[in-house]
Amino acid sequence: MPVYSARVLVSLRPSVLDPAGEATRSAASRLGVEGIAKLRIGKAVELEIEAPDLDTARERLSLLSDRLLANPVIENWTLELAANGQAHGTSSPVGEG
Amino acid sequence: MTIGVVVFPGSNCDRDVRWATEGCLGVPTRFLWHEERDLTGLDAVIIPGGFSYGDYLRCGAIARFAPILQEVAAFVERGGRVLGICNGFQVLTEMGLLPGALTRNEKLHFLCEDTPLQVSPGHCQWLQGYGDGETIRLPIAHGEGRYQVDPSQLQQLEDSRCVVLRYQANPNGSVGAVAGLTNPAGTVLGLMPHPERACDPATGGLDGHRLLASLLG
Repeated sequence: MPVYSARVLVSLRPSVLDPAGEATRSAASRLGVEGIAKLRIGKAVELEIEAPDLDTARERLSLLSDRLLANPVIENWTLELAANGQAHGTSSPVGEG
Repeated sequence: MTIGVVVFPGSNCDRDVRWATEGCLGVPTRFLWHEERDLTGLDAVIIPGGFSYGDYLRCGAIARFAPILQEVAAFVERGGRVLGICNGFQVLTEMGLLPGALTRNEKLHFLCEDTPLQVSPGHCQWLQGYGDGETIRLPIAHGEGRYQVDPSQLQQLEDSRCVVLRYQANPNGSVGAVAGLTNPAGTVLGLMPHPERACDPATGGLDGHRLLASLLG
């Protein structure tokens, strides 16, 4: 069965305050890196999944992202998916939640 | 009357809760290991504070899939009473038994202090021992207690009187100063403060005693 590699990016919804991002932005300024107008912290989850085809892999990972990796009340997610050996997200459409 | 207290790997208030229910109130209490499925004979279930499964991914996100919680969801369906304290409240929102989510405190600090709360018991079965608008003091101890829900849903919660506990000083920046929520049936209560730590005058007052004593009424 083919193996697909995937990356799920989880980010806070724009309306949700990100105090850790704000604190990091302040530290950037103390480091002397100026001009950062926005800094939001999320998560990247890297996976490999065995599935009969790309669509099945996408379906399973969408369920996983929606029900476990992200909490849709406060977070959005995007899925980058490719057959092993191919670059993420370049040869396949990108799912979004 | 028998109470069950859920124990996950990483729970750390389970014994405090049992001390309060069994030691202070005299209610027979048994622990429910997260892999169990047997709620036979229980009148209420308490999901205690702590760091279930290390709070990996998000607070309560992994706990939600524990076998015991599938039984707890069915217990709620049957009209059973469930109390989620601190991490237990986070778990109840992840399970979808209460709306919204608990996120990182506005000022990032872990807050460990007594805080004044306004009680609006409404139809919440756990709060019938308090007067409407009464101010009580309970300890809080959390890093991720900032309640978050979209404005229209908050309005719905307000309209249906499901916001039953509110911070007077809003230490964590919760929307609507929400400290505790009930479900439309009034059987489920989730709150960030710790009533079990306020059940004895020697250790933090008695303001939490009436909440747990509601089980006896």
